[in-house]
Amino acid sequence: MNISVRNAEAFEFTPENLKWAAGQLAKYPASRKQSAVMPLLTKAQEQNNGWISVPVMEYIADMLEMPYIRVQEVVTFYTMYRQKPVGKHVIEVCTTTPCWLRGSDDVVAACKDELGIGFGETTADGEFTLLEVECAGACVNAPVIAYKEEYYEDLDNDSTRKFIRAIKNGDIIAPGPQTTDRHKSAPQGGPTTLKEFCATPGGDS
Amino acid sequence: MPTLKIDGIEVEVEGGATVLQACEAAGVEIPRFCFHERLSISGNCRMCLVEMEKAPKLIASCAMPAGEGMIIHTNSDKVKRGREGVLEFTLMNHPLDCPVCDQGGECDLQDQYIAYSGDDARYEDERRIVAKEDFGPLIKTVMTRCIHCTRCVRFADEIAGVPALGGIGRGDHMEITTYQEQPFASELSGNVVDLCPVGALTNKPYAFSARPWELKSTETIDVHDAMGSSIRADARGREVMRFLPRVHEDVNEEWISDKTRQAVDGLKYNRLDQPYIRRDGKMQPASWEEAFEAISAKLKGVKGDKIAGIVGDLCDLESMYAFKGLLNDLGSSALECRQDGAKYGGRHRAGYLFNTGISGIDEADACLLVGTNPRKEAAVLNIRLRYLAKRGVIASVGAVENLTYPAVHLGDTVRALEDLLAGKGKFAKSLKAAKKPMIILGAGAVSHPDGAAVLKLAHDIADKYGMISKDWNGFNVLHHAASRVGAMDLGLVSDKGMDGILDGAEKGDINIVFNLGVDEIDLSRLEKAFVIYQGSHGDEGVKYADVILPGVAYTEKPGTYINMEGRVQKAQRVIFGPGEAREDWTILRALSEKLGSRLPYDTIAQLREKMQADYPHFANIDQLPNEDWPESFGVAGKTSDAPITNLIDDFYQTNPIARSSKVMAECRQAYEGAKFEAEAMVTNG
Repeated sequence: MNISVRNAEAFEFTPENLKWAAGQLAKYPASRKQSAVMPLLTKAQEQNNGWISVPVMEYIADMLEMPYIRVQEVVTFYTMYRQKPVGKHVIEVCTTTPCWLRGSDDVVAACKDELGIGFGETTADGEFTLLEVECAGACVNAPVIAYKEEYYEDLDNDSTRKFIRAIKNGDIIAPGPQTTDRHKSAPQGGPTTLKEFCATPGGDS
Repeated sequence: MPTLKIDGIEVEVEGGATVLQACEAAGVEIPRFCFHERLSISGNCRMCLVEMEKAPKLIASCAMPAGEGMIIHTNSDKVKRGREGVLEFTLMNHPLDCPVCDQGGECDLQDQYIAYSGDDARYEDERRIVAKEDFGPLIKTVMTRCIHCTRCVRFADEIAGVPALGGIGRGDHMEITTYQEQPFASELSGNVVDLCPVGALTNKPYAFSARPWELKSTETIDVHDAMGSSIRADARGREVMRFLPRVHEDVNEEWISDKTRQAVDGLKYNRLDQPYIRRDGKMQPASWEEAFEAISAKLKGVKGDKIAGIVGDLCDLESMYAFKGLLNDLGSSALECRQDGAKYGGRHRAGYLFNTGISGIDEADACLLVGTNPRKEAAVLNIRLRYLAKRGVIASVGAVENLTYPAVHLGDTVRALEDLLAGKGKFAKSLKAAKKPMIILGAGAVSHPDGAAVLKLAHDIADKYGMISKDWNGFNVLHHAASRVGAMDLGLVSDKGMDGILDGAEKGDINIVFNLGVDEIDLSRLEKAFVIYQGSHGDEGVKYADVILPGVAYTEKPGTYINMEGRVQKAQRVIFGPGEAREDWTILRALSEKLGSRLPYDTIAQLREKMQADYPHFANIDQLPNEDWPESFGVAGKTSDAPITNLIDDFYQTNPIARSSKVMAECRQAYEGAKFEAEAMVTNG
């Protein structure tokens, strides 16, 4: 028995997302369609302006014939499902040890100063949300900010400000290392080992 | 069949058994929190760690399948240190508030800490605190005490079939909760209190009212439905404080319904504690002598055929036997127990029993429900039907309700049964293919206007689909009244049924009606007759009574009950009744003397001896009867299109005790409210 508490706006997949969802469901046997809960939630979060509301959970649960509480368990277990509304631009700053050692405190200070908000908060105009995240898995380019599924790396105070101002102005800076001229996570100033095997110095081998 | 060596003891266990079960077979006790015999294995508490030779580290015995040649140590130093470590971690976030915790004295964590812990805990940092959760009117929550064993979550999913509970968040922030703060709307919800190994979930109505060591426990039998669940009544002084289930594998396993558990406060309110006589249109207190005088004056010169007796749902065999004796001595033969107007007769016992047996459901592979919602009529039995639904197929005829499992709906009129008998439909094929099919007729089916035809159809369906064989009888009547089978055995049935007596009273053919605890029918039809009501509660029955004789409730008398299977069980007296109230058979015995035809017994032992001489099968305590299958019962006939409905609308309000209970009234409000609210929100959304 599912007692619904739907009270916010209704949610429904757009036709193209519905088609996409059908494709996800096709990956699993009909009796195991609950397996698709995570991709479907991710897609729904994308469509629902970056967060998962109660109607979203119940919509997905009904679609997968799951008890509502089971979906809520998944949503609350994973931090990347957001349970509160977020701004248009979600800026996720990594503050785990490697990023912290490489100066994430400066990056955080720049964000807070530029946006005027703290972690977990959204600007009054609903434009920006600032989030603190655990290890983004890009320690080699620490410190790191994740934004719109891209990583902005090798940041410091100035470059972070530049990055945020650009978003405010409607430009998007190219992702990747910001303060260094290295390519992705390649060593600064070109390779230091195995030089003789490099086809093009500093380039992809 | 693997053989293991446990602490040097060799044991052989069945394939599929776990190491923990093997340890138990060897007589070694393994501490545990999350493991429970009747729930799926979760393996998260780590309390059951044991040492297995050749394994690099301790293993969780509850989740490890027993294997051939395993050598297990349960009392080595490594195991001891393992347990100490687990307990220290468990205690990290568990508050030490035992003095204000209701679980104190019967707490698994408390007991196991005393038995298995090491030194004092070393943890000095801040502890986790969880905000209060609301699980509804029956379960008090202090989730800060929760150790995340997830027994309650697994119970809700697997046993109750109401997946309302879950663990949200993760790690240190995990909380057990209901979905979006909705109450745990299950009629079996109270069982999570028994399952909870700590004081996170406790009995809300019982909160702070007693400590376990103050209570005197009596093992007895429940009467709130016709299951005859084994219960333990805990009393302090002259008050029953709570009911707990006892294990009876063939009946209730170890579960009881919320009504069985929580209608306990109904035993305190609305009680009849002295006789009353109607004088000048008003009920006025009287003495026993005056009450008997009034009855005997009224009965003077009245012929036996002007007298009738009706019997309610909660009566014990002894009082019904005395009732029958008294009325027969007065010359009356109009005795009736079928309040709901059921059409089964008393001639064939197999025609009104749950012949398969409650544990027999576990063998069945197909089931047809007719006019019943077992969830409301026998909540604990519904657990077994849920398991059946996973193995086989269940179909229903009658109203569509949420049974907690899927059922194929065949229709809501008797026609659906006729079609099935004719072999029409897909379900007929499944039934034909089933090895052990069964049919369950609920009160809604047998009390239907065409109830006699339904019985006949069900009889023929049982014959046609191989439900009857040497070792299998798949024909069942699901009763909801604890007294019913006993009353049927005693022959408290009249040709014209309950309606005949009520009609007679309206027409003036019947002048005197003895009412032994009948409260569920429209008794205003007895207005013209002189009604003697004997019962425990001031409910419907007293409204139209002229004399009230205060009887006692089921906890206040030793009594015998026969459950729906025909299993005879003895209930015990837990406490004495209030005020002037007396055990029912003694009232009838005293009254018989006043009326000049003394019943021939003075003690309950003499009564039972006499009763067992008349009905030898009443002496077969706790045995499942095996009744012969009759050629035919019920009456074939033309049937109407009147829909078959379910008789019990409100699970929480089925008898005088439940109706007097404030807790049951709260449940009714909370759960009906929750459902209503949910629907309203859906339409708004």
